Amino acid sequence: MFPRQFEYVAPASLDEALSALASTPGAKVMSGGQSLIPMMKLRLFSPGTVIDIGRIDGLADIVEKDDHISIGALVRHNQTASDPTVAAHAKALSQAAGWTGDHQVRNRGTTCGAMAHADVAADQPAAAIALGATMMARSSSGQREIAASDFFVDALTSALSEDEILVELRVPKASNGSRSAYDKLGRRGGHTDYAVAGIAAWVNVGDDGSVTDARIGVTGVGTRPTLAEAAAASLIGTDGGEESIRAAAGLVTDGITVIEDLYGSVEYKTHLAQVFTERALQQALAG
Amino acid sequence: MTAGVIGKAIRRKEDPALIQGKGLYTDDMKMAGMLHAAFVRSPFGKARIVGIDASAAMAIEGVHAVYTADDVRDLGPLLAQVAIGALRPLLADGVVNHVGEAVAMVVASDRYIAQDGTKAVDVDYEPLEAVVDLEDAASDRVIANDSNESNVIHVWEVGDADAVAAARASEGAIEVSVKMINQRLIPTAIEPRSALADYNAGYGSVTLYSSSQIPHAVAGAIGKTFGLTSNNVRVIAPEVGGGFGAKLNYYAEEALVTFASRELGSPVKWTETRREASVATIHGRGWVGTATIIGTSDGKILAYELDALSDMGAYTQNFTVAIPLLGQYVAPGQYDIPIHWKIGCVVTNAPTTDAYRGAGRPEAIFYLERIIDAFARQIGMDPADVRKKNFFEEFPAATAAGMLMDSGDYRANLDKLLELADYQGLRQKQEEARKEGRNIGIGLSTYVEVCGFGPSALAEGGFSWAAYGLPAAFNGSGLVRVNPDGTATVMIGTGPSGQGHETTWAQIVSDALGISVDNVQVRHGDTRDSPMGIGTFGSRSLAVDGSATAQAAEKVRTKAARVAAHMLEASPDDIEFADGGAHVAGSPDKTVTWAEIAEVSYQPHRLPEGMEGGMEANAVFSPANATWPFGSHLAVVEVDDTTGDVVLMDYFAMDDCGNVINPMIVDGQVHGGLAQGISQALFEHAIFDEDGNLLTGSLLDYPIPTAGDLPSFQLDRTTTPTDVNPMGVKGIGEAGTIGSAQTVVNAVIDAVAHMGVTHIDMPLRPKRVWQAIHRNGG
Ligand SMILES: Cc1cc2nc3c(=O)[nH]c(=O)nc-3n(C[C@H](O)[C@H](O)[C@H](O)COP(=O)(O)OP(=O)(O)OC[C@H]3O[C@@H](n4cnc5c(N)ncnc54)[C@H](O)[C@@H]3O)c2cc1C
Repeated sequence: MFPRQFEYVAPASLDEALSALASTPGAKVMSGGQSLIPMMKLRLFSPGTVIDIGRIDGLADIVEKDDHISIGALVRHNQTASDPTVAAHAKALSQAAGWTGDHQVRNRGTTCGAMAHADVAADQPAAAIALGATMMARSSSGQREIAASDFFVDALTSALSEDEILVELRVPKASNGSRSAYDKLGRRGGHTDYAVAGIAAWVNVGDDGSVTDARIGVTGVGTRPTLAEAAAASLIGTDGGEESIRAAAGLVTDGITVIEDLYGSVEYKTHLAQVFTERALQQALAG
Repeated sequence: MTAGVIGKAIRRKEDPALIQGKGLYTDDMKMAGMLHAAFVRSPFGKARIVGIDASAAMAIEGVHAVYTADDVRDLGPLLAQVAIGALRPLLADGVVNHVGEAVAMVVASDRYIAQDGTKAVDVDYEPLEAVVDLEDAASDRVIANDSNESNVIHVWEVGDADAVAAARASEGAIEVSVKMINQRLIPTAIEPRSALADYNAGYGSVTLYSSSQIPHAVAGAIGKTFGLTSNNVRVIAPEVGGGFGAKLNYYAEEALVTFASRELGSPVKWTETRREASVATIHGRGWVGTATIIGTSDGKILAYELDALSDMGAYTQNFTVAIPLLGQYVAPGQYDIPIHWKIGCVVTNAPTTDAYRGAGRPEAIFYLERIIDAFARQIGMDPADVRKKNFFEEFPAATAAGMLMDSGDYRANLDKLLELADYQGLRQKQEEARKEGRNIGIGLSTYVEVCGFGPSALAEGGFSWAAYGLPAAFNGSGLVRVNPDGTATVMIGTGPSGQGHETTWAQIVSDALGISVDNVQVRHGDTRDSPMGIGTFGSRSLAVDGSATAQAAEKVRTKAARVAAHMLEASPDDIEFADGGAHVAGSPDKTVTWAEIAEVSYQPHRLPEGMEGGMEANAVFSPANATWPFGSHLAVVEVDDTTGDVVLMDYFAMDDCGNVINPMIVDGQVHGGLAQGISQALFEHAIFDEDGNLLTGSLLDYPIPTAGDLPSFQLDRTTTPTDVNPMGVKGIGEAGTIGSAQTVVNAVIDAVAHMGVTHIDMPLRPKRVWQAIHRNGG
C-alpha cells in the first residue's frame, strides 16, 4: 500500500505533458488515478514519474460535432453517464459509464482512462468497440486515430505507445436506424462492479425492420475487450427477431478464449456472454 | 430522574468529531523522533526459513534496524487464553506456517523507507507442502504446523448421542441431513490495526497506543511480556474504527513495536496496510459440517446432530480454540430438543481464526436454522410452524447444551415478525410471481444468542483472561464522578469501536442523576484513568460494564441525596433529582443545583457529620448468568435463474435484546450486524489455493458490503427483559449477524427449490447459484 518513490509532474498544457512524456522514459500518464494509484500502491506498477494531466484546460468536455461526439481525456465516468447527447447517440456507452464502479470512482475516473487502462473486465471499452468509436492518440510528433476495435491489445495493454496520450474518444453519432445497449453481470451481482461478462450491442435497422449492420463488443470473459464478429455478422440481414438474436448469442464467444477467474468458470462465462448478448440485443432492437 | 432519557434516540455524542474527520485514531498520533515499522511477511503457506540476509535493507539510508526471531525469541510466543495447539512466535522461528506470517521487522525513519526495507530483506525459503482444506487437514495427511502432533488439536462435544440414536431408530422418524460450509471470512475493519509504542527508559515505562477492543487486557499482556507492572504500562485505545472481534487479541505487532521502542529508544509506530490486514489480522468462521434433523411428519423435532470441523489456522491465539465452544453454548437454538453436537478444531496453513462478529454463534445457528428449513421443506410444512412447534415456552430454560437461558418469548417474537412482513401476503405474491416465471424466495430464521459475558462460571469453562494477566472472571466496572462544576465524568474499562458507549452511558448516568446528557462525559480506552474492565466484545459492555455504571451512579445519587437533604434541611428520602439539580418532593422551589451540591461535596466541613468528601463512586458488577437475546428474521429475494444473480429485495428483523437504552444505537447495531451477515451469505469469502495463497487479499476481490448493496432494513423489536442485571438489558452487537446469513440462504433456496436445488454453499455468488440450478437441469 506504499508506492515506491516517484516523481510527480502536473503540466499546465498538453504540449508540456507530451514533451515530458517523450523525454521521461518509464513515465505514466495519470488522469483520474482510479486504476493507476491502486496499482502503484500495490507495487504492481512502479513508474519513475507520474504525469498528471488533470490540470490541463480544455480536456474535460463532451462536445457534439457534425458526425461524432467528442469525449475529452478528462471527462469523468459520471459525466459520460449523465450526458443527454451521449445517451441519445451512444446509449451503450452511457449505460456502461453509469455502471462503472461506485460514485467515488465515477466522479474521479475518466472514460478515456478506462480505455487506456484496458482492463479485461472494464465496461466502457466494450461500448466503444460496439459503437465503432475512434481513439485520438497524440504524441509530441503528431496525432493518429486508432479504431476502438484495434485499441485493446491484451490484458492492461492498449495500442497506445509510451509517448502517446489519449486526448479524445470520438463516438459516431447515431443515424435514424442505429441504436445500442449495454448489459452485464457485475462481480458484486446486478450491474455493480467490473463485468463478469458484459456485452455492448449496436445495431442499424433498415426501414423494413431488417438488421443492416451490427457490432457486438464483449468484455469480462476473455483477455481483452473485443468484437464478436461472427455473432454480429449472423444478425445482418435478419429481422432481428428472437430466433436471430438467439443464433447470434450462440456465436458470441467464437474466436474468444474464455478465461476462468474467481467469478466464473469458462462454461458459466460463456453462458453469461450469450445471455447478455440476448439482453443487450433485445434492448437495442427495441430502441 | 430526567424524564425519558432512557429509551430515547439521542444523537450520538461521538459523531460530531467523527463526521468532521477530527476523531483521533492511533495512526493520527505523532511523537517526536518517531520511527516506523514494517514487516517482511511469508509468501508461502508453509516453508522452512533457510536464512535471512538483512544487509541490503540495513544499507538503505533511513533504516534503523531489522529484527528477526533471534532477537525476540525470549519474549514469545503470543499468549492465548485457551492454549491448546502451537502458539504463535512473535516472528517466524525457522519455519513459516501461513502466508502473511511475520518473518522480520524493519524499523525506519519513515513508513515508505520501512516498506522499501522489507523488500530488501532477502529471505531464503524452502517451500514445504501446505494443507488448507479442512477435511484434508483433519486426515493428518500433511501436518500443517509441525509443533502439533495432529492437526486436530481439540474436539468440543456436547449432548446425548444415545438420545439421537434412539430418535433415529424410532418409528416414523424422518431424517434430513445436509453437508454445509460456513466459509472463512476476513473481518475487514475500516480502520486497520495500528500500534505506537513509546518505551521510556527514564521512567521505566511504556505507553502503547493501539487500535484495540481490549486496552486493559493488552496492558496486562504487555506487562507479562516485558516484565512490567500495571504502574509501568499505559495502553490507550483512542478512536477505534471497527473491530468486530478482530481487535480482541494481543497481537505480535503490539509486542514488537514495544520491543523496538525499548531497543532503539524512540517511539515506534506500525500501521497495517490493507493487504497486510487480510493476512496478519485474525480471520473468522471456516467451518464444514453435516447437520441432521430427525423428526416426525407433524413437524416435531426428535433430535438434532452436528458433526463439524472448524478451521483454527496455523497458530492458536487468544480465543481461537474457544470460538466453537461459544457456538456449542447455543447449539440447540431456541428449541427444546435433544442434540449431539461435535466439532473438531483443525489446524491449517492459513491465518489464525478467532472471534469475528458473533464468534461461533452465527456458525452454530446457521447449521441449525438451515437444517430446520430443509426439514420443513422435506415434510412439506411451513417453516414458521415447524419452529413454533419446537420452541422453549418456559423460562428459565435448561437446554440440551447444558445452559440455562434467562428469559424469552420466542413465539410472540416470531408472530410479530410474520405480521410485520405480512408473511401470508408475501407467500401469495410469491405464488403469483412464480406463475410469471419469477423466482421469489422467502427465508426465515430465528436465533438465540448467548452474550453479556459474563458469569465467572464461563471463565472457568475456558473464557478467562488469566493468560493476559487479568482477573479470570468477566467483570465490568464503572466510575462516576460529579465534578465541582456539576458536570459528570464517567470512566469505563470498555473498548468501544463504534458502539456509541459515550452516548448510551451518558443516558444511564443522566437518568440516575438528573444531569443532562450533554453534561455527562464518558471516557474509555486509557488504562491510566479508566477502571479495570476487559473490553468490548461478545455483546457484553452494556450488560456488564453498563450495569456497573448504573450501580455506581446509584451510589453517587444516594450520597448526593444526603448532601442535598443536608443543604435543604429535608430528609434524604424526600430528595428527587431532575433538570440538573435536586429538590424536595412536593416543594419544587426548594432546589439545589448539581454545581451547588458538588461545591459542598468537595468541602468536607460543609458536609453532614461523618460524611467523606468528594462525589464519586465506583462499582464492579459480575452477572450471575450470560444474557440470551433472540429474534426472528425474514428475507425476500429474487433469483434470476438465467444468470444466478440474487437480488435481496427486503429484509425484516425482529430482535429482542431486553430493555433498550438508545433505540437508534440499537438499530445501528442491528444494521451493521445484518450487513455483515448478509454479506457472508452473498459476497464474502477468503479463498486460498492449495498452497495456502490467499486469492482474495485485496478489496478488489474481497467484497465488503456497502449501503448500495443492501435494501432498507425493516426493523422492530419485542422486549423481554433479563433478570441477570439491574437494567434488564441483553446485548445487540452480534444479533444481526447471528440471525441473517442463513435467513438469506433459506430465502434463496426457497426461490430455487422448485428447480431441484436443496443447498448452495455461501457466498451465494451468481456463479454458484447458476451452477446449482444448472446441475439439476433447471
Ligand atoms: C473501487 C473501484 C471500482 C471500479 N469498478 C469498475 C467497474 O465496475 N468497471 C470498470 O470498467 N472499471 C472499474 N474501475 C476502474 C475505473 O473505471 C478506472 O477509473 C478506470 O479504469 C481508469 O480511469 P482513470 O481516469 O482513473 O485512469 P488512471 O487510473 O489515471 O490511469 C489508468 C491507466 O491508464 C493510463 N491513462 C489514463 N489516462 C490516459 C490518457 N488520457 N492517455 C494515455 N494513458 C492514460 C494511465 O497511465 C494508467 O496506466 C474501478 C476502480 C475502482 C477503484
